Amino acid sequence: MSLDTLTQLIYLMSTALFILSLKWMNHPSTARRAVVCGVVAMVAAVGGTLINPGIVTYTWIVAAIMVGFLLGVPLSWVPLTAVPQRTALSHAFGGLAAGLVGAAEYYLWIHEGKEIGSFEAGALVAEVILGFLTFTGSLMAAGKLQEIIPTRPITYKNQNALNFSLLAVALLAGAWLVIAPTHWALFPLIILLSLAFGVLLIIPIGGADMPTVIALLNAYAGLSAVAMGFVLDNKLLIAAGALDGSSGLILSIIMCRAMNRSFANVLFGAFGQVQAASHAVEQRSVKSASAEDAAQIMAAARSVVVIPGYGMAVAQAQHRVRELFEVLTAEGVDVKFAIHPVAGRMPGHMNVLLAEAEIPYDKLIEMEAINPEMPEVDVALVVGANDVVNPAARHDKSSPIFGMPIIDADKAKTVFVIKRSMNPGFAGIENELFYGDNTLMLFGDAKAMLTSVVQALKESP
Amino acid sequence: MSPYSVMLLAATAAPEGGGLDVKTFLTLLFVLMLATFIGLEVIRNVSRLLHTPLMSLTNAISAIAVVGSILLAGKAAGGEGQPAFVTILGMIALAASMTNIVSGFLLTDRMLKMFKKREPGKS
Repeated sequence: MSLDTLTQLIYLMSTALFILSLKWMNHPSTARRAVVCGVVAMVAAVGGTLINPGIVTYTWIVAAIMVGFLLGVPLSWVPLTAVPQRTALSHAFGGLAAGLVGAAEYYLWIHEGKEIGSFEAGALVAEVILGFLTFTGSLMAAGKLQEIIPTRPITYKNQNALNFSLLAVALLAGAWLVIAPTHWALFPLIILLSLAFGVLLIIPIGGADMPTVIALLNAYAGLSAVAMGFVLDNKLLIAAGALDGSSGLILSIIMCRAMNRSFANVLFGAFGQVQAASHAVEQRSVKSASAEDAAQIMAAARSVVVIPGYGMAVAQAQHRVRELFEVLTAEGVDVKFAIHPVAGRMPGHMNVLLAEAEIPYDKLIEMEAINPEMPEVDVALVVGANDVVNPAARHDKSSPIFGMPIIDADKAKTVFVIKRSMNPGFAGIENELFYGDNTLMLFGDAKAMLTSVVQALKESP
Repeated sequence: MSPYSVMLLAATAAPEGGGLDVKTFLTLLFVLMLATFIGLEVIRNVSRLLHTPLMSLTNAISAIAVVGSILLAGKAAGGEGQPAFVTILGMIALAASMTNIVSGFLLTDRMLKMFKKREPGKS
């Protein structure tokens, strides 16, 4: 058996293992097996590549792999609130790798005077454009999530027109290169335009849309790997890239649906700009309650549903929420958590934050599953969430969030909302829930307020 | 995706030549199509609980681009071989992919360890 055949067989096995790995992610009980499976597939793929006779020196390979470990290990220790940034950074690395391999391949072709076919040139141009735009786009997304770059949308006149013409020029230059592959001067132009497009694409997108954007960049990173597979005639790259691409696509569709938005609207709508206070809100009264009141009502309840938002993580209140969960459960109260798909800053983020606080995952209930139960629920406790519980999304056609699926917190018999003050949230949208007849506001810092509630519960007989 | 389809159109319209012939291209397209359908089906079944770990797992998986960069970093460089510049690009790409592989798998495992059901003994 020739070495090449062996490599192909290893790649075949690797592809199967990658598919199995993703399949096992369908449930927490098999998910850790998925990681092992993925690692085996990756090690096999790397091993199968290393036996390639074209490789004459291992020095640089080993050196680069060591750098990868030195950077990768600390990056896996980030706090869970920073996982979205790390994910964006990882997409940036993926895009960079694809772009650089493409650039190096093209340079080699020209250097060796190879006759370049149009399919190869087409795939290479796609790889380079996708790779470099994913690189800068993801860096911008990571910067916004880390709040190094302002999270509000940065807009200017004719923004979309400028962005599209930039992409159009890059595509035209790419098409030209496909027809005349030796016009190498076009190549740096394509790289520069893609880098610029990546930056300009993300600048106008607000912080609230980052979950969708990260998922979309995930798809782009996958697609750039697919394009690399076409350039190198490598089926493993195509298969693994396509798996990644479809994952990114599905996650971004879920995110878009959860916000009732379209892709076009996320990318070009500059949502999340501070809305001018259009209609003066009539002064409505809110009712507030103390931690002791809350403790009393919760202790007497049969069921409590906690609705967490990213504000809970910002206040570092997850562990207090867990304590509340434990005290109430000990009193015989049925406590569940209602998770909105966009709670947190990336798909599934809230589940991970709560799992870290040792809340059992079978108590984390998806929005669609909890909503039919809400009218039967005695107490809904909103911690750090705002827009995802705003009833205006159901009926107020003038509201910017109209049509967005929400958790029906208002239908619970009593609603507690922990909030610092009555300032409207991030998107500047007034929340009707706060003025509901059955709503009691718990004013204060989430962590401090929950500590007092837990304290009061423990002291009560 | 739009950049991709434009390239495909350009590729089909342009004259033939070079290594990647129509037959190979179509075979690869088959692989792409099948893998995409499998991917969509498999990912659709992933529990929403695990979407964050899923993303870091796919980060690691898509770093399969490591294959391309290994070949570039390992070829003979200088003199008769490829220009040193190409080896350096290959090394940067390899280090970037390796970072994704290492941090992707480790982080996924770290997060998955946190997902626990209620322990029986605990009230």
